Amino acid sequence: MKHLWLTAWADIIESLRAKWFIVYSGVFGGIVVLLFVFGITESRIMGFTGLTRLLITYIQLTIAILPVFVLITTVRSVAGDREAGVFEYLLSLPISLSAWFWGRFLGRFIVVFLPVFLAMIGAVIWTAIKGADIPWVLFASYTGLLLAVAWCFLGIGMLISTLARSSDVAQGLAFVVWLTLLLFLDLILLGIMIREGLPSETAVAISLINPLQVFRTAAMVLFDPQLVILGPSAYIILDNFSEAGYILWAIAYPVLLGTFCASIGYYLFKKGDLP
Amino acid sequence: MIQFNNVKKTFRRTEVLKGLNLNITTGDRIALVGSNGAGKTTMIRCLLGEYTFDGEVLVNGHNPRLERQIVLKDIGFVPQLPPPLKMPVGQLIHFSASLCGSDPQEMIHVAERLGLDFEQLKSRPFVKLSGGQKQKLLISIALGRAAKILILDEPAANLDPDARHIFFQLLAEKKDEAVMLISSHRLDEVASLVNRVIEMDQGLVILDDRVEDEVDLDSVLKTVITIKRVDEAFAKAIKLWKFKTDTADSDTAGLVWHGTVAGPDRLRFLGVLSRYAAILKDIHMEERKNA
Repeated sequence: MKHLWLTAWADIIESLRAKWFIVYSGVFGGIVVLLFVFGITESRIMGFTGLTRLLITYIQLTIAILPVFVLITTVRSVAGDREAGVFEYLLSLPISLSAWFWGRFLGRFIVVFLPVFLAMIGAVIWTAIKGADIPWVLFASYTGLLLAVAWCFLGIGMLISTLARSSDVAQGLAFVVWLTLLLFLDLILLGIMIREGLPSETAVAISLINPLQVFRTAAMVLFDPQLVILGPSAYIILDNFSEAGYILWAIAYPVLLGTFCASIGYYLFKKGDLP
Repeated sequence: MIQFNNVKKTFRRTEVLKGLNLNITTGDRIALVGSNGAGKTTMIRCLLGEYTFDGEVLVNGHNPRLERQIVLKDIGFVPQLPPPLKMPVGQLIHFSASLCGSDPQEMIHVAERLGLDFEQLKSRPFVKLSGGQKQKLLISIALGRAAKILILDEPAANLDPDARHIFFQLLAEKKDEAVMLISSHRLDEVASLVNRVIEMDQGLVILDDRVEDEVDLDSVLKTVITIKRVDEAFAKAIKLWKFKTDTADSDTAGLVWHGTVAGPDRLRFLGVLSRYAAILKDIHMEERKNA
C-alpha cells in the first residue's frame, strides 16, 4: 500500500510540472472565470440564475471537453513515458506491478479531477462572498458526475496506453474512441439511426452504455427533472430509473466501466513487456 | 547467482535473443559488449523482469518476472539514457530509497562523493540537470543501497575524469560482494573494470572469456607526458583529463604535462594519447594506491 501511494504521489508531482496540466487547469479555471466575467450568474434561462445557472453551463461545457482532455493527456503522458525510458528505469526499482499501475491511476485521477473540482469550489466561494444562495444538492450531484466521468475516461485512457506501444498510436486510438462515443450521442448518429427505424430498445441500450450520453442525460436530469427537453424518450428513463435512480446509474456505471477498462489494462500490462 | 537458460525473445518476427545460456557468479565483473542490436539491452531487460520471454532467468533461484520485489531489491541499475523525470532530485532520491528500503542519506552521500551539491540540486527537476549530473545521480541511487547486482549501461560515458575516478573507487568498494554487469559498445571503455568479457552478436553469446584483473579499481597513475612541440589540439584534449603544464617555466610550458589517471581508465587514456602519437616524446606512468 505504501508503494501505491508513493507511486501516486510521484505521478502527481510529475503531472503538476507537465505542460499539459497547466493547459488543462487553465482551461477549466478559465471557463469558470469567463462564465463570471460574461455575467452568466446574473442571466436567467429556464428560470435558473446565480450559481445554479453557472453550474449548468459549466457542466455542459465540461461534457464537451473533459473526456477528450482526460483521454488525450493520459495516453500521451503514459505512452510517452514508456517511449522515453521512464518505465524502463522506474520499473527496475523493487515495486510491484499492481502498486505501480494502480498508483499511477490514482495519482492521475487526483490530477485530472482536482482542477475541475477546484474550479467549481472557486465558483462556490465567489458566490458565498457575493451572498447568493448555494445549491448544495446540485453541487454534490455534479461533483459525483464529474468524478464518475473523469474516472471512466481515465480507465479507458489507461487501457489504450497499455494497448498502444507508441504515443502517436495511443493518441490516435484515444481520439477515435472519443469520436465514436461522441457520434453516438442523441444529437448526432443516434438521432439519425432512430429516424431510419432503429428499434427503440437498441437506441435506449446504446444511450445507456455510452458514458458520454449517460453524463449528458444526467446533467439534464439535474436541471430538468421531468426531462421535458428530451421529449417522449424521457418516459423510458423516468419509468425505468426514476430521477434519483438515473443519477445513481450515471455515477455508478461510468465508475464501473472505468474500473473494468483499467483492470483489463492492468491485466495486459502485467502479461506483456513493460517498457 | 544469475542464470540464463535458453532464453529466447522475439519482437514480432524478429528474434532478438536466440537461446541465451549464461551463468554469472558472485565476484564476476562482466563487460557486456556488442554492436547495436546485439541483444544487450534486451538481455538486461529480461534480467530486470521487464520483458516476457521463452526460457528461464533465475536470480538466486528467483524468477525476476514473478518475484519482482525480491529480485529487484538486490539490483542497482543505471540506464544508458537517463529518463526524463520531472520530479525534483530530492524527491527522486526519497522515492527510490523508500521503494528499496534504503537510507536516502546513503544515496546523498554517494552523490556528494561524485561531486554533486545535493543541497543546491534537491529542488531542481531531474530532467533539467546536465547529462553528467543525471548520470551521477542515477549512479548514486544504484550504489547508495545494498545492491548485490549492479547493472550499468555505459555508466561512465558522461562523467568527467574526477567523477570517473570516484566512480571506480565506489565500484572497488563493492567488487567483492556484488556482481557487476557493465554494458558498453566499446570494450576499451570498460576493459579495466572487469574480470570477464561477454560479447554478444545477433542475440547469442559469441565470446565469454576471463581477463586479467590485476588493475586495482582504486588506484591512480601519476603521469607525466612530454611532447615534442606545443600543440593546441593536444593541450585541449589533455586539459579535459585535468592535466596541467607549468606556464611559468618557458622551457617546459605546453610541452610537459602533469596529472593523474584513474587506474581503470588507463586504456581509455592511452587511447586518447594514441591520437597524438606523432608528437609524443615521453610518457611516464606510476601507479599509486588510494591517491
